[in-house]
Amino acid sequence: MTDTTEKAAVEPAPGPAAPKPAPAPRTARLWRGATPWLFLLAPLTLLIVFTYAPIANMVAYSFTDWDGVSPELHYTGAENYAELFTRSDLFEVFWVSGYYLAASVVQIVAALYFATILSFNVRFRNFFKGVLFFPYLINGVAIGMVFLYFFQDGGTLDSVLSLLGVQTDRAWLGTPESANTSLAAVSVWRYLGLNFVLFLGAIQSIPGELYEAAELDGANRWHQFRHIIAPGIKPVLSLTVILSISGSLSVFEIPYIMTGGATGTETFVIQTVKLAFQFNKTGLASAAAVVLLLIVLAVTWVQRRLVPDEKVDLV
Amino acid sequence: MNRRTVLAMVTGALLLSACTGTGGSSKGAEAKAADDPSKVSGTITVLTHRTDLVQDGTMKKYAAEFNKAYPKVKVEFDGITDYEGEVKIRMNTENYGDVLMIPAVIEKKDYPRFFASLGSQAERGEKYRFTDYTTVDGKVYGQSPLGAVPGFIYNKKVWQRAGITDWPTTPDEFLDDLKAIKAKTDAIPYYTNFKDMWPLRQWTEVNGSVSCDEQATTRLAEGDPWAEGADLRTADTLLYDIVKSGLIEKDPTTTNWEASKPRIAKGEIATMWLGSWAVIQMRGAAKQAGADPVDIGFMPFPAQKNGTFCAVTLPDYNQAVNIHSEHKEAARAWIDWFTDKSGYAADNLALSPLKADPLPAILKPYEEAGVKLLDLDDSKGARVKSIDNQSEVGINKPDYRQDLVDLARGATKGSLDDFLDRLAKKWTETQASLGS
Repeated sequence: MTDTTEKAAVEPAPGPAAPKPAPAPRTARLWRGATPWLFLLAPLTLLIVFTYAPIANMVAYSFTDWDGVSPELHYTGAENYAELFTRSDLFEVFWVSGYYLAASVVQIVAALYFATILSFNVRFRNFFKGVLFFPYLINGVAIGMVFLYFFQDGGTLDSVLSLLGVQTDRAWLGTPESANTSLAAVSVWRYLGLNFVLFLGAIQSIPGELYEAAELDGANRWHQFRHIIAPGIKPVLSLTVILSISGSLSVFEIPYIMTGGATGTETFVIQTVKLAFQFNKTGLASAAAVVLLLIVLAVTWVQRRLVPDEKVDLV
Repeated sequence: MNRRTVLAMVTGALLLSACTGTGGSSKGAEAKAADDPSKVSGTITVLTHRTDLVQDGTMKKYAAEFNKAYPKVKVEFDGITDYEGEVKIRMNTENYGDVLMIPAVIEKKDYPRFFASLGSQAERGEKYRFTDYTTVDGKVYGQSPLGAVPGFIYNKKVWQRAGITDWPTTPDEFLDDLKAIKAKTDAIPYYTNFKDMWPLRQWTEVNGSVSCDEQATTRLAEGDPWAEGADLRTADTLLYDIVKSGLIEKDPTTTNWEASKPRIAKGEIATMWLGSWAVIQMRGAAKQAGADPVDIGFMPFPAQKNGTFCAVTLPDYNQAVNIHSEHKEAARAWIDWFTDKSGYAADNLALSPLKADPLPAILKPYEEAGVKLLDLDDSKGARVKSIDNQSEVGINKPDYRQDLVDLARGATKGSLDDFLDRLAKKWTETQASLGS
């Protein structure tokens, strides 16, 4: 990652503004230099204690044969990594991510569509904004439970379809294909709101007079979208794509709660959790988690290289 | 990654390399039984997975009863819903109650580090069942307050309606009976509880019932569990055939354990492979659903050796004393009292941990049918566990049975023989790599 990431600005980049050297007494200068750090003390402590420290610990465990509870652990060097890369079956689960990747394309397009429509004057637009964003606020566990009933044999989905005159007799979570599609659809339902809000915010930061000028020039809605909105929200768009890809690689809670990884819905994270907590191979699982982290970082880096972050200049 | 992130990560790594070290390694303490109950004192905390009994006050009643014998001991309960997950983490500290149930993840060889010994096996084995499940180097570290016998829970009325009066004696006969149930009644012949996973894991407990061998666990450790005619192959083949013949619920991926209890009571479900511990729950559900609790029956695995059925006895969680406890005597007193005098096993219609006690009423039909109860020799239990984890086969985890069910109902492709052979290969290779 280059330092351009800071502009993406979703993670609160803790950056102190460089203090301007001012002609002041020494102590005052010292204080001025320390002030931003004092403010940063609380967030930095939280960040270190709850993010970086566990990661460091995880990296340390990945070089051991720890089982997660025994007081005895041995340093095994890179053995876990060697095992990880010699067992191709551990990486087969990434095929499942394909379903979620495909779903995130649908998700981004839909979010973009709704965000564009609702940024113009539409009746009940605040209501629709709420409706679209609401699923994102619900706890993932609750969503998993609700959708289990939804997909149940004779459950909500089947009843709704039969109201429409379609009699289905299928187990939605019954085969790997339909189970993964169903789970990916749930994930679209859940995360659409987040993308939507990001796009909406970006679109609304585009100055209104641009549309007026465009309309005077005879541009229709599609032209406006093509030449004003799309270039205007490009940074947010590329951020969303990054988030979607890394999200697709690390899908966890929805399949874990709904199927537990059965019927070919196991993702890499579920597999890691099972290695750690089911087979007590905490060392190997830590190595798998480190590898996933590296994969996500690598994908992000490649993406930033392919789509560099340009400064948006509409006017 | 920018410079600041790297800096923070390095700081974190430095901070934590200090914390990764392990705590004390005290080993070999003993929790002795007190001579005079009136002198034992202290406040002890009991960790338990029975949150239901903590909430409805049953545990308090046991404690009050206990106080009649040990007036100076105060017992507090800590009911934990996700028992395995939470206690495992707490056991990284010294603070995991005074009395606790030994989590399944703790390796047997580590027992002396975590728990105080309750005495020698030679001595305890005379009186109690299940002692070898917690024995390390001749010393016992835990005691299960109750035992169970695995078996099929079935709805007697449904089975009768299908015209079946006798217990099936072979897997084929069992399969035919289920087919008859499907043909003659509206009930689901067999309910897998696929989505809740752990009920599928119970199939491993068939081990011992087919061969009628007390050394069944040892044979898991040393032989191939999926060899022709071996216990697990017989069990897995039966499960496969049941699913393959379409004798299970229509959509196993969305089953619901809690909802399945009243359904078997009402006769919507005919059979489930669980254990004698489930009978009391099913009868409770029957009462609530307005069905007759007596309809819930219990039968052994359909296999006979020399004309008799066999069934194994299995311990529940084993209670142990925390080695760091400051009131080991009081903790020991609780375990002894709870095992010998509380009536906990009888209250749960379960097998008593005392060898001298009679069988519970649930197992009366077993007694009448002459089912032979086996106390499995668990001296190789730890090895079986480590083979299981190391090979990632998971005979004690739900995944492989879920895969088996998926295979049988055609959600994944392949043949049963290949599937079982693959498991056998992983298992025996790990056996070889672990040495003996």
